[in-house]
Amino acid sequence: MGCCDTKAPPIRRKKGAAEGKNGGDYSMTIGFIGNPNCGKTTLFNAYTGANLKVANWPGVTVEKVEGAYKYKDERIKLIDLPGTYSLTSYTMEETVARNCILSGEVDVVINVVDASALERGLYLTLQLLELGKPVVVALNMMDIVLKRGMEIDMHRLPEMLGVPVIPVSARKRTGLDILIHAAIHHKDAKGPDALVHEHREISHHEHDHHSEYTMVYSDPIEDEIDKVETALVKSYHDIKNVRWHAIKILEHDREITEKYPLDMPDSTHNYESQIINEKYDFIGEIIDEVMVHKQRQDKLTDKLDRAFTHKIWGIPIFLGIMAVVFFLTFFVGDLIKSLLELGISALSDAIDGGLTSAGASEIVISLLNDGIISGVGTIITFLPNILILFLALAFLEDSGYMARVAYVMEGVMSKIGLSGRAFIPMLLGFGCTVPAIMASRALENRRDRFKVMLVTPFMSCSARLTIYILFAEMFFAEYAFLAAFSMYLLGILVAIGVAAVLHLIDRKKTANYLLIELPEYKLPDARTVGIYVWEKIKDYLIKAGTTIFIATLIIWALMYFGPAGFVGEGGGTSFAAYIGRFLEPAFAPIGLGFWQIVVALIAGISAKEVVVSSCAVMLGAAEGSAEFAAALAAMGFGPLNAVCLMVFCLLYIPCVATLATIRKESKSWAWTGFTALFQLVVAYVITLIVYQIGVLIV
Amino acid sequence: MYLNEAQVGKNYTVEKITLPFETERRLEALGMTNRAPVSVLNRKGKGILIIKLRGTRFALGYNITKNIEVEESGDGVL
Repeated sequence: MGCCDTKAPPIRRKKGAAEGKNGGDYSMTIGFIGNPNCGKTTLFNAYTGANLKVANWPGVTVEKVEGAYKYKDERIKLIDLPGTYSLTSYTMEETVARNCILSGEVDVVINVVDASALERGLYLTLQLLELGKPVVVALNMMDIVLKRGMEIDMHRLPEMLGVPVIPVSARKRTGLDILIHAAIHHKDAKGPDALVHEHREISHHEHDHHSEYTMVYSDPIEDEIDKVETALVKSYHDIKNVRWHAIKILEHDREITEKYPLDMPDSTHNYESQIINEKYDFIGEIIDEVMVHKQRQDKLTDKLDRAFTHKIWGIPIFLGIMAVVFFLTFFVGDLIKSLLELGISALSDAIDGGLTSAGASEIVISLLNDGIISGVGTIITFLPNILILFLALAFLEDSGYMARVAYVMEGVMSKIGLSGRAFIPMLLGFGCTVPAIMASRALENRRDRFKVMLVTPFMSCSARLTIYILFAEMFFAEYAFLAAFSMYLLGILVAIGVAAVLHLIDRKKTANYLLIELPEYKLPDARTVGIYVWEKIKDYLIKAGTTIFIATLIIWALMYFGPAGFVGEGGGTSFAAYIGRFLEPAFAPIGLGFWQIVVALIAGISAKEVVVSSCAVMLGAAEGSAEFAAALAAMGFGPLNAVCLMVFCLLYIPCVATLATIRKESKSWAWTGFTALFQLVVAYVITLIVYQIGVLIV
Repeated sequence: MYLNEAQVGKNYTVEKITLPFETERRLEALGMTNRAPVSVLNRKGKGILIIKLRGTRFALGYNITKNIEVEESGDGVL
């Protein structure tokens, strides 16, 4: 994610105006702005080659992101601003975007408009034009418009807006240079180009604004604007762009009214609704003139929504989709995984043979084989499963389905005091808990955010998947999928149960207001999905090479060395054995009283995969999973213990990275500590119940 | 009547919105103003709706729809 700080100050790197403008050797700065889902970040990525995360729900770009582009001899700085619907000052995204444009840091604004949602896009355009900065409109997703049989009059649209309108395709990377060229040419524009409007009504207002401004209001509003303008100029001599400030004062904009207080007799009436309505009325005029075959819109979305958001079938369909996702993750992933396992096993044998014949020391061979290859190698074999899981999540996100889940789950979620939207971060938790907790930012209500932060770690992430795959397949053979899928369900149930209990004991109940845009369905874009998946895979590999690698080395050292020096395989007198045996009694009641498992669980706090890699190191998995199973069986570790291990791993502290993220997002060590303790207690209690009941049955 | 009582496939005009300040501003920024036209695409429960507002689909929870006063203005999606 391109965002790291919730309370991001409007401009992170504040610079002097001149330096900010041309800091470094940039000849100009272009700001990209647009609605959420308009393809803005995809377009930005097309220019900068950056791999920013694109997501189909608002709040992904909270902080502004910068990049560079070279056009002919000019080096241009590009700024990606948060996706926003309007430029009022009531949300963080809007404030960040507005202040960045107003600060003078940006020379030209490129307004990315989704041509298939022209009405909404133009609302932001009209507000941008009032800011008085040079604006160039990039009309994105024209291919979708054409596919639907609609057409847009590209001659008439710029005439009505008074700014250049350039058709682009962010996905196909067409129109990119033309757009930048237009931006360069438009840099010094002082006002709109020649405007050609039809004036249906007879105006009594003393000025004819139709040649000056794109957006001209009705006479009563224009009269008010004049009055406020006069008052503003009188009180604040050097105020720039008086008209915009006057409009904002008529709208009772919080920031502007505080900054420029005016002593006017009749300033109590709020004109905001009227101003918004008149903007949309004008947009209606534009749409009427430029859009051909408007009625052909979104037949597909209507059809799909009839099923996906059905009042009865919505939830079963959602569960079905998730079942398919996990099925693919398991079965298709495993097919590829078994190939990787063969490769790693062959590598291990080769190293063993090669080094032994080369006369390498026993310790070196053990480090490579029992340490690195067992530990990190085992983790690498899960790559196919993880890849498929993230591919599926990216598909759900980019297709537009993810937002529907908020609607589908609204009924259930509102019963436990959360908005349906809170389910999206939880769903993302199936991928990785860290971005899921960050995504909780999109929730408006602070109390909701804290609740979601507390329950999201119970959603089973991809790291925990490695544990299920390993142990479920070892102990439950053909029922492995069922065993693993039940872990996912248990995770959801615990998360919802905890939220429900919180709701019951919460004395300050606040109402929830679900409000989320449902984008039109589209076929996911290969590039967008590719970038998303690659980022995740990269993270996974980096984790395997750093956290897991180091944890594996430590475990190997603890396992193969003891007070008496190198103790070799088995390790009953190793450091690990001493630590594990000390804590064994605490884990016995939950079916995990094996010192090797205890050590693996402690190490697993660094990352959940480390539970697997540690077990692999301690039980010698390099020789294959049959050896692994035999070693476990020799310890007396049976199917019930395997279930307990899976349940405990599902519920206890996910990883250090999650804790760090909770700390960063909540800004509270106390809350972070509480979360960690809470997860340990929940994991212990539930595993205890499972084991004790299990012992009675088995 | 209130929006939570609205029927699928019908159009309504917003009369009055009574919600907390922040929520009201967010709705306004999306074009949900007095006199705004709204069409109802889907509904469930006590009034969880999918509406079309100014050309875009939104999902609205019951806590929002029960606080928006509307007047019926005809059939067919806008």
